[in-house]
Amino acid sequence: MDFFHAHQAQHYLVLAALLFALGAAGVVLRRNAIIVLMSIELMLNAVNLTFLAFSRFPLVPNPPMGSFLSGHAAAFFVIATAAAEAAVGLAIIIAVFRSRTSVNVDEFDTLKL
Amino acid sequence: MAEAILFYLFAIGVLLAGAQVIFRRNPIYGALSLVGCFFFLSGIYVLLAAHLIAILQILVYAGAVMVLFVFVIMLLNLKEEELGEARWTAWKAIGVAAVVAGAGVIAWRALGPAYPGGPVRDNAMVVAGFGGVKAVGRTLYLASVLPFEITSLLLLVAVVAAVVVAKGKI
Repeated sequence: MDFFHAHQAQHYLVLAALLFALGAAGVVLRRNAIIVLMSIELMLNAVNLTFLAFSRFPLVPNPPMGSFLSGHAAAFFVIATAAAEAAVGLAIIIAVFRSRTSVNVDEFDTLKL
Repeated sequence: MAEAILFYLFAIGVLLAGAQVIFRRNPIYGALSLVGCFFFLSGIYVLLAAHLIAILQILVYAGAVMVLFVFVIMLLNLKEEELGEARWTAWKAIGVAAVVAGAGVIAWRALGPAYPGGPVRDNAMVVAGFGGVKAVGRTLYLASVLPFEITSLLLLVAVVAAVVVAKGKI
């Protein structure tokens, strides 16, 4: 795998894996609920990048027409779902902040037995 | 060659901005770094010939979603002591190292031999109009029209849920 030749699928997949790792690290590391939500957005974008990379460089030599852009369609749905998730998640953060005056996820332990 | 240079430029930008999101203490800096990360990622999408998704990335993510994030951060107006810091405990350090090592193992061992006939080279599969509005729209409305309609229902439910949850008293 020569890294300095023309761009290949592996470049994008490695970048997506690193971006997903960054997002996962943010979710486990940070205690601020807003930053946890932003890290989830990072992970969703890493997944999108994987979809688009496999759509651009398919695994089979000649994919049938109509299916070779389905990665783009999946990325479209991920973007819409991420927007919905951000809206609901931020609404939950506002509701919890109203009752607890905190966004620290360590303090949200009422459901813990 | 130009594409490779642009790829590395955008990739370094994506990773640096993404790291800022995690390691900045103040969430407003994190949100602004995330906007930068989305712009660099949109450049990567253009390199992948996904022009429509690149534009949607800027419009929906960097435009709408991040405005929502910044708005909520401003609304909560957190005090200095409430911001919350990245606390490094030994278990968290081990967990982060495991995540990074897992990503590395996936990158080097699993993805390398994913393509049996060797890595796919430039422009092998790009036909005219690949990733444009017309081609993606045909795929959306012909091949996946049911998920498309379900997505519109999901957005409606999310709007109602956000209002109900955040309003407190209807």
